Amino acid sequence: MDILASLWAGFSVAALPINLALIIGGCFAGTLIGALPGLGPVNGVAILIPLTFAFGLDATSSMILLSAVYYGCMYGGRISAIMLNIPGDEPAIMTTLDGYPMAKKGQAADALAISGVASFIGATLATVGLTLFAPMLAKAAIYFGPADYFALYVMAFATIGGITGSDPRKTLLAALLGLMLGTVGLDPSTGVARYTFGSFHLYDGFDAIVALVGLFAISEILFFLEGKAQSSGLVPPGRVFPRLSRVKEGLGASLRGSVIGFIAGILPGAGASLGAVMSYSAEKRISDKGSFGQGDPRGVAAPEAGNNAASGGALIPMLTLGVPGSGTTAVMLAMLISLNIQPGPLLFQRSPDLVWGLVAALYLANVVLLVLNLPLIGMFTRVLGLPVWGLMPLVVAISYLGVYAITHAAFDLLVMVGFGILGFVLRKLDFSLVPVVLGLLLGMDMENNLRRALSISGGDFTILVQSPIALTIYVLTGGFLVLSLYLSRRDRSRTLD
Amino acid sequence: MIWKMTKLKAVGLASAMLFAAPAMATECIAPADPGGGWDFTCREVGRILSSEGLVDGNVQVTNMPGGVGAVAFANVAGKRADDAELLVATSTVGVTQIAQGKYPAGIDTMRWLAMLGADVGVIAVDADSPYQTLDELMAALKEDVTSVATAGSTGAGGWDHIRLMMLAQAAGIEDIAAIRWVQFDGGSPAVTQMMGGQVGVVSTDMGEIKGFIESGDIRVLAVLADEPISAFPDLPTAVSQGYDVTGYNWRGFYTGGDVSDEDYAAWVERLQKLYDSDAWKEVATNSGLEPIWRGGDEFAAYVAEQEQQMAEISRQIGVIQ
Repeated sequence: MDILASLWAGFSVAALPINLALIIGGCFAGTLIGALPGLGPVNGVAILIPLTFAFGLDATSSMILLSAVYYGCMYGGRISAIMLNIPGDEPAIMTTLDGYPMAKKGQAADALAISGVASFIGATLATVGLTLFAPMLAKAAIYFGPADYFALYVMAFATIGGITGSDPRKTLLAALLGLMLGTVGLDPSTGVARYTFGSFHLYDGFDAIVALVGLFAISEILFFLEGKAQSSGLVPPGRVFPRLSRVKEGLGASLRGSVIGFIAGILPGAGASLGAVMSYSAEKRISDKGSFGQGDPRGVAAPEAGNNAASGGALIPMLTLGVPGSGTTAVMLAMLISLNIQPGPLLFQRSPDLVWGLVAALYLANVVLLVLNLPLIGMFTRVLGLPVWGLMPLVVAISYLGVYAITHAAFDLLVMVGFGILGFVLRKLDFSLVPVVLGLLLGMDMENNLRRALSISGGDFTILVQSPIALTIYVLTGGFLVLSLYLSRRDRSRTLD
Repeated sequence: MIWKMTKLKAVGLASAMLFAAPAMATECIAPADPGGGWDFTCREVGRILSSEGLVDGNVQVTNMPGGVGAVAFANVAGKRADDAELLVATSTVGVTQIAQGKYPAGIDTMRWLAMLGADVGVIAVDADSPYQTLDELMAALKEDVTSVATAGSTGAGGWDHIRLMMLAQAAGIEDIAAIRWVQFDGGSPAVTQMMGGQVGVVSTDMGEIKGFIESGDIRVLAVLADEPISAFPDLPTAVSQGYDVTGYNWRGFYTGGDVSDEDYAAWVERLQKLYDSDAWKEVATNSGLEPIWRGGDEFAAYVAEQEQQMAEISRQIGVIQ
């Protein structure tokens, strides 16, 4: 009852005209920022902070605006992933796996509708979870130690082999390459420079978003320059309006993806990218009959529901403990502090207006995003009707601008081009690029947690299997692997028959 | 020109100094991405410099991330060593990097202007921890240096770690390199991991973990400041418990090494005016900083001493040879 009363009070805050306007504006801006390759939620939120000061918004309105942008970006990231095979932000990489093949088959509108609805389901379920269980879940998340996080990453990498359609050995090699690239930079636990060759520019390592834009967008352009764009780059616009029947196919996957993504989101050391990876690979185990990677609606729905649910989940440690679950929530926390609101365990008691106003705004933002996104599908699919000679230079310009806008360093433009050439070569050799990015993105966190666990134990490796949480994860991982080996044996013997 | 002369008379000394400077916009380099501490320092100080009329027009903030400040340091040393209209934001973190040889040159390459405020280091344990005082914790570590896992927001050799090592040294612990240290991605993740029982002690800046102090989830054994701090006057300092250790994470500025003495003095004076303003006091306290002033030669000497101290400890714990 208490919660319902608080939520009702929250809606009365969120429904103020100024806050409603901020929700709608924020959702729209977020969708656009998310759709542009390179610019993601972290940048969207960072860009808007000076604006909230300039408008003199109070803390609640500022948080509502930033959260609307945050949710909007998660919706937007899928658009370019589906239309151009270029993920708009990190968590959207998994959406390229089935979203782009769908678009290639002329089903871009279906894919956009499926992912839009999946995003809505994921984000709404996460917001419900946030409303009902936030303090309890935050308490549980505290007991996840470094060894448990390491086990979680082991699980993610153990399932990577199966996520792309191509040869599993190539997938593992690509992931290994990503892991190697992830070791570049200052070692976080000792400060020693690794593989920087004396260049200060490499101290911070390769930014995952720079690598992502290079690998996907720049390599696409290189293919176009080679004159093969007709076959590889552009997709037929196909139908302009989505079919309801296709959207229904993704519902089950959305629900499953939401749960997995939400759990990944609550854990401050995991996050939206991990949530999307886990949702996709779990869905593939459960429902794949050989259609995943060829444009299966469930392969679009699961990761989109997963990454949106994770974003909602990440707000739980942020609001209940003041611990950022992602880069974006870290920026939002910094803003709260500068508005003289101390995040931490007392936030719910001290600033109920802010917390419940924000939660209510999230419900409204989800509805706004769904309403905003479905009619826009027609507009987005028409983008594909643009002539190649017009679209490609636009992609180049946006990639350069996006990367420079977030890194402020010309050096990173070179890094981006370097990754573009790498991506071109890898695709020529029939390697999937997704595992490379995952290795780079998740490898660093995996290593950090391993190092932390070993620092705690004083170098004793048995700490990795001492916690019941970690053991449970390892058993699940083992089960997954045995099951998939068994299934692939069975499939093979059937085809031989 | 005539308009400028009248304005000059009206506004007084501060503008007179500006008038003498070339008519370029003042620039503040934040050696990091937007959103971090250095960026915040540049933006807030820039805003107040201009709103208090201490500089002409607006202060342009440039983000120059890379190498934990090394990219901006190299850029200023190489190209803009004599630019009198340039401020570069830095903090204790930058000095740590210099002390460990991770910048292209030493501290004497730059002219150190002033610090305007500082986040204060704290040593905290979980509310259920057996350690009630700093003495008890240090006695346990002295008995067995590996008995407690310690943690903070920096890696080994970072400021959170070095502050704890300074305390351990003051307690007479010899084998400080053997103390277990765990790095987390910030003060609040370190604290939650401590609440989950993964580590026993956290050494970090107070600003980020204030919420946990207020809620009573953690117990502060020592504040690493000269005096008890205004936000929590009841928390004991390390000094009051007989350990002569302070650990400020200050926020301040340097400028190029070839800037003239007059321009340097003018900047120190302008920054002191800013420090004295109510606007700065408000911004500082709102963002969890204690307003603390050290300027000019005093600040340069302070930075030099801090660098020495850090290099010394870094050698002892094996971070540098």
